[in-house]
Parts: sequence; structure tokens; C-alpha cells
Amino acid sequence: MRASLPWQIALALLAVVTGGVLQLATAPGGGPGNVWPALGLVALAAAATLAMGGRPVAQAALLFVGAHGAAWLLLSGVAGHEGQAGASFYLALSGAWLLAWRCVTVLSMLKPASQGEKRLLGLIIPLIFGAWVLILWEAIVRGAGIPFLLLPPPSAIAERIGVSTAVLAADFRQTVLKAVLAGYIIGCGAGFIAAIAADRFLFLRRGLLPIGNMAAALPIIGVAPIMVMWFGFDWPSKAAVVVIMTFFPMLVNTVVGLSASGHMERDLMRTYASGYWPTLFKLRLPAAMPFIFNALKINSTLALIGAIVAEFFGTPVVGMGFRISTEVGRMNIDMVWAEIAVAALAGTLFYGVVALVERAVTFWHPSIRGG
Amino acid sequence: MNAIASHKPAPAIPVTQSGVADVVAASKLGLVFNTNDGPVQALSNVDLTIGKGEFVSFIGPSGCGKTTLLRVIADLEKPTSGTIMVNGMTPEQARERRAYGYVFQAAALFPWRTIADNVALPLEIMGISKAERAERIRRTLELVNLAGFEKKYPWQLSGGMQQRASIARALAFDADLLLMDEPFGALDEIVRDHLNQQLLELWARTNKTICFVTHSIPEAVYLSTRIVVMSPRPGRVTDIIDTNLPRERPLDVRESPEFLAIAARVRDGLKAGHSYED
Repeated sequence: MRASLPWQIALALLAVVTGGVLQLATAPGGGPGNVWPALGLVALAAAATLAMGGRPVAQAALLFVGAHGAAWLLLSGVAGHEGQAGASFYLALSGAWLLAWRCVTVLSMLKPASQGEKRLLGLIIPLIFGAWVLILWEAIVRGAGIPFLLLPPPSAIAERIGVSTAVLAADFRQTVLKAVLAGYIIGCGAGFIAAIAADRFLFLRRGLLPIGNMAAALPIIGVAPIMVMWFGFDWPSKAAVVVIMTFFPMLVNTVVGLSASGHMERDLMRTYASGYWPTLFKLRLPAAMPFIFNALKINSTLALIGAIVAEFFGTPVVGMGFRISTEVGRMNIDMVWAEIAVAALAGTLFYGVVALVERAVTFWHPSIRGG
Repeated sequence: MNAIASHKPAPAIPVTQSGVADVVAASKLGLVFNTNDGPVQALSNVDLTIGKGEFVSFIGPSGCGKTTLLRVIADLEKPTSGTIMVNGMTPEQARERRAYGYVFQAAALFPWRTIADNVALPLEIMGISKAERAERIRRTLELVNLAGFEKKYPWQLSGGMQQRASIARALAFDADLLLMDEPFGALDEIVRDHLNQQLLELWARTNKTICFVTHSIPEAVYLSTRIVVMSPRPGRVTDIIDTNLPRERPLDVRESPEFLAIAARVRDGLKAGHSYED
């Protein structure tokens, strides 16, 4: 026996043994299939990992195959036996999950040599993590026979996405490419210009900021129907809601950012007899960029929420919010989840793009260059 | 001690029309800061003239107004009494004509600009052409021994190199007056010695007038042609010492008896200013 027995492996072996005993006690033919092969695979992978010792990459590969092979066996075995899973099924599942856990732990402790390996690891670890959220979701929903209306399994949602690609794409175009993008650009742009104006003119600073504050406090549920009355059913009214939602975070962050430059730097510009605009462009705006990007990131997710919610208050027969509200009424819950998945993906991508641009623009900031 | 111990019998106000105006001429200069704890007399009754090509150090304990005096010359603070002329103009006019380069306590380089672009900053603001900018960047970075670091960012350089870059930035637009506010205060002794030597060489080569704030006696004596000793509460000039050291100064001049005699006089002046209850 090796000196170190990782606790995930120990628990996995324990789960396999207990699962095996319980599986012996169940009537043959009852419950999901493939429990025995899955138990065997988990036990094999766990034992082989222990025998292999200190080669982390090979260990991780073995654990990866064992965990996901067992998961695949279990998921294919549960088809046709929904709601009949017993304790042995869940024990085999948790054994596989523990192997995956160990796999991620081993990978996290690796010290990658090159930048490329580091990036690859940074991609693999969250992917395994995300895959297991879906695997557990699928296995538990199917194994326990949770009603489709309450929570459909991810496979059903994926299937729906595959079948309804055209509808989803049309909704995406309507909501994200038209309402969100237009509203985001106008709202952030207006907030930015208002912040510069408030900085330049004292009366605006005194008068506009409190009113901007009020715009942020407007309830979106109240504003959306009014915007529909003003701008019609199509996307401009949704864009208007997004403008209202994104204006204030941009205004406040830019105003704060404009005062972020130091006294010494401003004195320096004064010794050059620099005017307002050169000082703004060469010192104060670059210094404000970290704050401005904060607002852009906050607004990227706010805009999506605003546009989807606004579509609940009247829209042409296309759009993500419209689809969600109508498909809920028709009990097509998988379509609702498909829209949610698309929205989550779009929001993450949007945020990611803004964050990438931020890295390029504020490369000099200690938070990005790392000290 | 008489406030005016200048080596030449200059009048308190320079004769600007004659063309031989002093670079800085202050008379009965006073400045009161209104703080939350009541008014603070930062400068009181300062009389001082600085001629072209001089290297004048301001030395004194913190709160003596040496930085404030430099900031008044630079028009970063407004005096509340007395008069001050810079190049025969008001400080504001002088600032608007970019009469001086100012070096702060910290380098204050912009982290989003490379060293070359930092040096180019005043040139851009002053509307100097791109070709001319490149030429001046090359020249001034050579002057402070930073050639080859044009494309580095400030945070990739050491503190001493950053401060040299900020001196290059102050030199880039060729103002005749250089105002330096404890530029080497945050650096260690070895780097400081080195930069002091380089500063003297630079002064000899460019023939600029330099006003230099410091709290180090050896630094003041080593660098200056004249030392202005100041004391706090209220901030005032207590002594002005002409140093008669040769212009050519190797570092070991600091062991010479002349050097030590001047340092002793500066120390006495600082002590005399400390006649309050500590």
C-alpha cells in the first residue's frame, strides 16, 4: 500500500464496495442497467491510480477516463428506467464523481512549464467542472424521475436547442443584436458624455448627478410598458429600457474615474500650462479607464436582463423574453431552458469580450500587469 | 541673520527692462494657508533673488515652507502677500510661457505611456512637431543616461531610473529654469550620490538655473552655489550661504575642509531655526 491514500480515492472505493453489496441485494433486472460495469470501472480506475503513484499527468488521464466512462455507462443504463434508481446507482455515480474530483485536484496541483500548457489547463479544469454539473443534473433528474415540467434533463434541453436552432437564432438576433447592442452603446455613450459634461460644468455636476441617481432607481417593470407606448412594439422600446438601465452605472463610474488621477500628475499638467482638453485626454481619461471598464462590464449583463424583461410587456412575435413568456404558458419548459441557456452563453461571451478589451486598454494597471 | 546675503548687491525687485533680470526675485513674500485648524503661516517675509545659472538649494525641516516656496515660483500656489517675479514676469505668466521644468518628489510618470512617450508628453502639449519630438526625446534621454529604455514602461524601471526619466521630461522642452522638489528623497544613498553627480554634470553642460529642495545637508552643500536655510513656524529664510567650492566637484570634495565648514554653517543655521520647545 502506498504511503498516501487521497481521500477522494478512499471514499470512491468505499462507495464502490457499499454499492456492490447493495446491488447484490436488489432483484436482478430491476432498476437501471450498467451499475455493475460502472462500479467495476470506478474500482479499476481508483486501484490503478493508487498503483501508478507519482506521475500526475498519467494519473489525471486515467481518472478522467474512469470517471467519465462510468458516468456514461450509468447515464445510458438509466434510459428507460427513469425514477427506478436505487442507492447502488447513486453510490456508483458518487464514486465516479469522486474520481473526477480527484482528477481536477491532480490537475490543479500541476505546475505547467509553458504558457500554452497553462492556458490549456485553465480551460480543461473549468470544463470538467461544468461537465459534472450537467452529468449530476442529468443523472439525478433521470434517476429520481423528476417531472419534466419541474426540471428537464440537460439532454432534453440540448435536443430542443438542436431542433429549434432557427427560432433561437431569430430570437437572439432580435433581442441581443438589436435591442441589447443598440441600447448598450447608446446608454454607455450617453452616460460617458454626461459624465464629461458634469465634469466640465459645475451646474451640471450639481444638478445632473442627483437626477441620474433617480434614473437608476426607476423600476424597470414600470418603465418598460411606458417605453413600449413611446417607441412601439419592436426593438427600439427594449433598447430604450436598456439605455435607462445602463446610463447610470456609466455616469457614476466615469465621474469617479475622472477624479482618480493624482494631485502630482495634475500639478504636472499645470506646469505645462495644459488646457482642460489636453489634460482630459492625456491624463484624466486614461487614468479613468479602469473605472469606465468596470461600468462596461456591469452594463454588459444588466443590458441583457433589461432587454429580456422588457419583452414581457409587448413585443412582435420574436425575441428571447417573448419566447420565454409564451412557452411558459404552453408548458414547453425545455424551450424556456433553451432560451435561458442561449442568454447565459450570450451574456458570458459579451462579458468576456469586454474583459478582453479591458486587458488590452488598461494593461498598465497593477491589477492586470500583476503588481 | 540677514535674509539677503546674496553675492551681488541685487535690488529686491529686479530691473526687468534692462534685460539682466534675475530669474527669481521675491520680496516680502508671504503665504497663509487657511486650514480647518485655523490659518497657518507657511511663508513669512521671504526676500530672495536668484541669478541666471545659479544652483540654489532650499534646506530645512519639514513644515519650513521650502516646497511651498518652490510651488509659489511655479505658480502652483498663490502668495498672499509680497511680490514675486519669475524671469521678470508674474509666476502665472511665466508658467503660461513654459518658463520652467518641474521635477516632483515622485517620478509621476504616466504608467500607460512608454518612457519615450512620457518625455514626449510636454512636447505634445506644447504642439511640437513629431520629428522634433523624436530628436528631443533622443537628446534628453541621452542626457540622463537612459538611452535604450525608450520602449520600456515606467513600472519596468527602478526608482532611480524613473526619477531620471522624470528629469528628462522636465528638460525636454528646454526651459532655462529647473525646479526640483526633493527629487531624490525616496532613493537610497548610493543611487542618490550617483544621481547628484549626474545632475551636476547636466547643470554644467546645460547652464540652466536650478532651484533644488532637499532635507539632506551633504546633498545641498555638494550641489549648490547657494544654500537657502529655512525654518518653520512661520516658514521663513534664516540664512543664505554662498558656497565657494569649485564648479567641478568630484564626490570626494565632501571630505575637504571647505565642504565641512559650509556643512557646519548649514547645520548651525538649521539649529538656530529650531529655537522652539524641542
